[in-house]
Formats: sequence, structure tokens, C-alpha cells
Amino acid sequence: MAQKRAPLEYNRMWQMRLWLLAVFFFLYAPLVALIAFSFNDSKRNTVWRGFTLNYYQQLFTDQALLIAFANSLTIALMATVISLVIGALAAVLLWRYRFVGKVAVEGAFTLPIVVPEICMGVAMLLFFTRVVPWPNNLIWPLSLGSITIAHVSFCFPFVALVVGARLASFNKEQEEAARDLGANDWQAFRDVLLPHMRPALIAGGLLAFTLSLDDFVITFFTSGPDTITFPVKVYSMLRFSVTPEVNAASTMLILLTIVLMIIMMVMQSRAQKK
Amino acid sequence: MDQAIAEVAKAANPTVKPIISFRNISKRWGSAVGVDNVSLDIMPGEFFALLGPSGCGKTTLLRMLAGLEVPTEGHIFIDGQDMGDIPPNRRAVNMVFQSYAVFPHMSVADNVAYGLKIDGVPQPERDRRVQEALDLVQLGHLAARMPDQLSGGQRQRVALSRALVKKPKVLLLDEPLSALDAKLREAMRFELSQLQQKVGITFIMVTHDQTEALAIACRVAVMNKGSIAQLGTPSDLYEFPSSRFVADFIGSVNMFEGKLIDDEPDEAIVACPELDPYRVQVPHAVLGQEMSSVWVAIRPEKMNLHKDSDAPPSVPESPAAHNVAKGEIKDVSYLGDISIYHVLLANGRLIRISRPNRSRFDQDNFSVGEKVWVSWVGSSPVVLQS
Repeated sequence: MAQKRAPLEYNRMWQMRLWLLAVFFFLYAPLVALIAFSFNDSKRNTVWRGFTLNYYQQLFTDQALLIAFANSLTIALMATVISLVIGALAAVLLWRYRFVGKVAVEGAFTLPIVVPEICMGVAMLLFFTRVVPWPNNLIWPLSLGSITIAHVSFCFPFVALVVGARLASFNKEQEEAARDLGANDWQAFRDVLLPHMRPALIAGGLLAFTLSLDDFVITFFTSGPDTITFPVKVYSMLRFSVTPEVNAASTMLILLTIVLMIIMMVMQSRAQKK
Repeated sequence: MDQAIAEVAKAANPTVKPIISFRNISKRWGSAVGVDNVSLDIMPGEFFALLGPSGCGKTTLLRMLAGLEVPTEGHIFIDGQDMGDIPPNRRAVNMVFQSYAVFPHMSVADNVAYGLKIDGVPQPERDRRVQEALDLVQLGHLAARMPDQLSGGQRQRVALSRALVKKPKVLLLDEPLSALDAKLREAMRFELSQLQQKVGITFIMVTHDQTEALAIACRVAVMNKGSIAQLGTPSDLYEFPSSRFVADFIGSVNMFEGKLIDDEPDEAIVACPELDPYRVQVPHAVLGQEMSSVWVAIRPEKMNLHKDSDAPPSVPESPAAHNVAKGEIKDVSYLGDISIYHVLLANGRLIRISRPNRSRFDQDNFSVGEKVWVSWVGSSPVVLQS
């Protein structure tokens, strides 16, 4: 009856299917539970007592939470833009030029990726209190400066990594062709290299945005009383109890991330079609 | 050397000024020498080829002309103007790159329009010239396509059209045919020379493929180790190579080392150990020192095969026991139009002889293992002193 399995059709082995099921269960069951209980009409997160949107309503009237959310978005936006510029420039620099100590510079760029976040957090805390004290009486959004700088420091290496990988596949004759056809250095960069980097810039930008948006550890050390971000706020809410309001807030964050991922995929497939 | 080359170029047409002049051009990277003191004149309307093995400096020379590399020493003149520090975007030459370097994110028409757009050519004229340039390479109907929807041959036409649309004084081609398959390559050879005649500008081509250079170019410079080994027309290079390198690099050749034992105004005799006891006789002077080392180069198609017999075959206008050798056929490569016979000479040297298959049964005349005589007429060998 059953057709014979082809040598590489592992997905038709029952052991493999069981394993897949387990992976999906442990990955997604907690998320599904979190989202489901955000609609639970109960103060406690244990028993289902009926459907409600009350907690979403509370969410949108909770001034402190909304401010934290706005802070998070603003920081993520600023950090993304700055990381894109610094990261892309770093990648182009490393790709184009040969210089003494290039390997060392490359290593230094990837350092923020491998250093434990807790160490980065403590280092940033010391830096912004002792070395370069960040004034805490600045107007918004300048008051978010220290957090933004901290975020840029761990976001831009990811951008540099993604853009660098993309540049490796660039045919330098294309740039020479542009120069040969009359373009100056800037025009050749704008018309040939930049379009080639585009998919990597989109991917790197969204990577930086999501990394910044949900960062907790480093932000926790660099945020002040007036510069709470969304993840830090959620954490502080948790200290009292896991209310459905926290669930609702987390659901919103998941939703935002998914929407961003979809936008990225659409933009990338468009860039590839071009 | 410099003077001699200039004179050859002038002799071709003394009233016309060269469109391209290289004057004592050198390119070094640290201690590595890419191009070594090259001087060269290229005349307007020529199809010129730079030919040589990889690493001989031919591509570097072309890239210096385009402005993509800066010479360490020397001057390059385009239409009489010293290029000095002039960047590639302000030189009246355009290049077709080896990879074609078609911009993947632009349509065919946008690729061709790019150079004009950068130059600020207004829209209506730009569209007209783009269409003209695309029609020139028979791509008019594909203007809206993206490069990834084109074949390799079509991408090359885009690159050609993109360079020609700027009406350069000289078109540079870097290994233009190397990425195409054999059939298409042959067709493109013909098409390139047709195109050159149609647009009437100077083409300079870099290639490592000697058949390509011989087939298309009016003049060829053979390069070796950064210098020009010989400059001349294709038939000059093939029939009158000036050195062992050129004789060996262009076409295939049987080379015998020997001693010049007699050098008269109308006859020279060379004794080659590999041909002993027979000798080589040429009906002209070699102008070398007697008993000096020389090399005799004979093309495979200029040697004849004879059936085995007791006495060597007589060669017209050669003294007896000259310009002959005895051997045995070791291998036959039947290529259809010609057959190549590998003949092992009595002294242990393996040579190549090619014979056209003029009738449908010619290939059966000689077979593997057969004892044969080899001969050539006195005007066939080239006696080389370097």
C-alpha cells in the first residue's frame, strides 16, 4: 500500500514526524498559552473564565506602559538608522581596503556579539555614570541617548556582518564599468554598489530593529527612572504578579514583530525580483 | 625597440597620427613587474589584439588605458592627449568587461542608457541613441528585459551596446569571447569584426586565445612577461615568428635545437642532433655566427609524410639528405578536416605532422605503427636565434 520512502525523504519517517511535533509543541505552546490567556476574564493566569478584551483596553489606557512602548519604538528606530549607517560603512571599509590590523578591526567589530550581555550592560552602566556621565535632565528623545548608543553598539555588528556577506558576492567589474561609463566615485557607489547592498540593508535593518526592540539586559542597566522601555516595564509589572495585562502587552509585541518580519520578507522578495 | 615599433606603425600609414600611444609604460606592484617598459602605437580604425599567456601584462595594459590602473612609469596618449591623472570617467574610451558587468538591477535599456544619463544627455536624444545602439547589436526587441532573463551571448551584446552608445574613440574588449561556447564564439568573432567595420572606431582586444587574435585582428602584439615579444599582422606572427616564444605560442610547432654550420648569403645549413644524420637547409642567410646555437621551427602542416623506402625522398631544391627525417607513426588523431600524425623520429623525438583529408579516404593512407619518411621544403623552416 504505502509507497516506498525515497532515500532523502526523511519527513516520511514516523520518528522524524514525532520529533518535529515535539519541537513545534515546546516552541509554540507557551506562546499560544500566553496569547490565549491575554483574553481570559480573570485576574489569575491559571483557570479559563471566559473571553474579554478588558486587558487590552487597560493596556491602551495605562499611561506608563504607553510611554515605555513609545520609548522602545523611538530607541529602536534611532538605533536602527545609526546601526545601518555605521554597520554598512564598516562592512564596505573592510571589504574594499586592505590595511594593517584589518583582522584585529574585524575581530573588534564582532566583539559585541560574543561578549555576554550582562557584561555589556555593566560596562555601559559604568561608562555612562563614570566615564561619560549622560545628563538625565535632557528633553525627550535626547534623554534616550545613552540607551540608543548602547543599542547601537550591539546592533551595528550584525548589520556589518550581513552587509559584509552580501558584498562578498559583488562583482567589482560592475563598479569599474560604472566608472568607465562616466560615473564618479559617488555615482558609482550610489548606482551600482548600493543597489547590490539593498537586500542586506533591509535584512540588517530589521535585525537591528528587533534586537533593539526586545533587548532587556543591556537596557535594564542603562535606563533611568524616566527612560523605561517596554521590556523593562513588562519586567517590573511581573514583579507584582503575572497579570493578563502583561500577557496582552506581550501579545502586542509579538504581533508587532510578526508584522515587521512580513514587511521584511515582502521587501526582500521585491528587491530580489528587481 | 621603442623606435622600431613606432616606425612599423608609421610605415603602415605615415600621414595618420596614432589614436593610442603607450610610451615606456611600466607597472609594478612592489617587486612584482606587471608591465615592463612597453611602447606601442595603435592607429585609428585598427582592430588590434593584445595576445599572451595569463599574467603577461596584457590585461593590465588595457586597464591602464581605461584608467582603472595607474602606470608606475610612462605616459599614455589618447588621440594625442596625455592621460596622466585623468580618471576613467573622463577618458574617451569604453570597455567591455570579461564578466560583461551588466548591472543586474537595471533593464537592458537602462543599462545602455546609464552612461548617457550620467553625462546629462537629454531624454529624447538619449532614447534615440539607446535604441540605435541596441539595434546595432540586434537587441532592439529585448530593451525591457532584465539581465537575468538574457543568455550569456545576449548579455555580452548589452555590454557592447552600453560601451558603444557613448561613441568612444576606442573600444576596449577584455577577453570578449572566453565565456561563450565554441559555436557561439566562432559566430561572435565574425560579428565583432563586422561591428568594428560598421562603427569604424578602433577596437583593442585582450585575449589569450591565439586563433581568436589571428582570426579577428589587423595587428597583434604578442606579450610575454610584461613586454611585447613581437608586433605584426597575424600572418607575420605565424609565418615569421621572431623568437621561440612566439613560434611556440602562436599555433603549434616542431622545434629542433641545432648548430649553424654554414651561413652563406643564399643558403644556410643547420645540424640538429635530433635529426642526425640529416640536416636542415634553408635558401637564405640566417645572419648568425657560425657554430652558434639556433632553433629550427617547422609548422606541422608544412611537413610531408612519405611511404617507407630505402632511400630518403628527394626534396625539390634541397641537396640530398637535407630536410628529411625517418620515423614511425605512433598515434593518429582524426579530426575530420585534418588528421594529426604523431611521428617518433629515429633519434627519439616525437613530432606532429598534420595532413588535410582532401578525399574521403585520405585518412587510410597512413596508419599507426607504419615506418615513414618525413620531409619539408627549404622555405618552410624558420631559423630562430633567441
